[in-house]
Amino acid sequence: MARTVWDSTVGKKTVMAVSGLVMLLYLVAHMIGNLKIFFGTEEFNHYAHWLRTVGEPFMHYEWTLWLIRVVLVVAVVAHAVSAYQLSRRDIRARPSKYVHKKRRASYATRTMRWGGVILGLFIVWHVLDLTTGTVHSGGFESGKPYQNVVDTFSTWYGNVIYLVAMLALGLHIRHGFWSAAQTLGAGSRTRDRALKTTANILALLLTIGFVAVPVGVMTGVVS
Amino acid sequence: MKLTLRVWRQQSADAEGAMSTYEVDGISQDMSFLEMLDTLNEELILKGEDPVAFDHDCREGICGACSLVINGDAHGPERTTTCQLHMRSFRDGDTIDIEPWRASAFPVVKDLVVDRSAFDRIIEAGGYITAPTGAAPEAHATPVPKPDADLAFEHAECIGCGACVAACPNGAAMLFTSAKVNHLNVLPQGAPERETRVLDMVGQMDAEGFGGCTLAGECATACPKGIPLVSITGMNKEWLRATRRAAKR
Repeated sequence: MARTVWDSTVGKKTVMAVSGLVMLLYLVAHMIGNLKIFFGTEEFNHYAHWLRTVGEPFMHYEWTLWLIRVVLVVAVVAHAVSAYQLSRRDIRARPSKYVHKKRRASYATRTMRWGGVILGLFIVWHVLDLTTGTVHSGGFESGKPYQNVVDTFSTWYGNVIYLVAMLALGLHIRHGFWSAAQTLGAGSRTRDRALKTTANILALLLTIGFVAVPVGVMTGVVS
Repeated sequence: MKLTLRVWRQQSADAEGAMSTYEVDGISQDMSFLEMLDTLNEELILKGEDPVAFDHDCREGICGACSLVINGDAHGPERTTTCQLHMRSFRDGDTIDIEPWRASAFPVVKDLVVDRSAFDRIIEAGGYITAPTGAAPEAHATPVPKPDADLAFEHAECIGCGACVAACPNGAAMLFTSAKVNHLNVLPQGAPERETRVLDMVGQMDAEGFGGCTLAGECATACPKGIPLVSITGMNKEWLRATRRAAKR
């Protein structure tokens, strides 16, 4: 069955849909967690520490967090590899372009591929910046995420990278969520409007929720 | 009407093609698009030039033979087949670009004619029902619920012209294949091959080198028969169901 799924364009789209929804679910939780930064250093840092102790005593310290990380890495890799292979195939299937060009598909639809590349690069930067601290601008201290976040968004490039990536994320979700529903066979004539609205609301809420943090730092609400 | 036509000319499958410009005069608004091309070809023949090759057959909008991308739109600006498009959709003095369907699975044979036999092979893979031949069966012997009959009929309208592939930015044949799958899978007559049909047809579609679906929706916009985009969703559902069932066996 795995072979059938992976070898088929429809199957690979299913892989993309499922991995995309896993990442989307994570992003909702991540965005809600981020908003704790508006309630002060202590609450935010406490929340970050709690993430490492989730499931205790059943789970050891950081086990749950690592489990989530593994699932996310699998989802990102599966999503990206499928997208790459499908895109290669799509480009081969339409080698010569029309002389008379027309643009019809929406901006979100047309930017799925490049938006995805931007998001992939952003994830690398984001992890190196705020998880490992490798490319962090200030003095990175693990266990003090509040200060680390403020440091990142005190640099112009930190803000630019983040804002661009979050706009790309919103557009990606706008087309991606609705598409995933179609790929999984969940769409229908009667449900179409509800699915499109849900996709738009999700895209808007996530973008606003994430962008609120750098805006908070820039305006001095978070410092 | 006086028109400037920019037409894709390509001697053979292997030859390099290019757009050639022609002027046509005395075109009536009541002419169909193909009659306008006939006028051009008559002039070309009289001048001793090679006429423009294009596919056409019934000229009634039901056979699916005509296949022109007109000003970037498969079948032109109206939601119909090229043969049912009339010159009143254009204005005197217009420049019209005419190109063949573009997809690697539909190689150009000559000028505006493409080889669509990839569609035939998708049909051969499962776009039929296995039934005893002979006299037509009694119509009420197999009851079909009205909503199912309507759904089947909506998808049965597909004439296999390939406009969906031509319009798709990925050269995908999802709308065509889904129309066939949905048409037969919803009916009791198609039930015995419900799973193998969708798996085999999608497998053949992939083998022919068509692209994948990114749900851009251009296929459904171009379709002269109004096959809806949700048809693809229906096929995805059937494919997932068949894959799950095949795994259980």
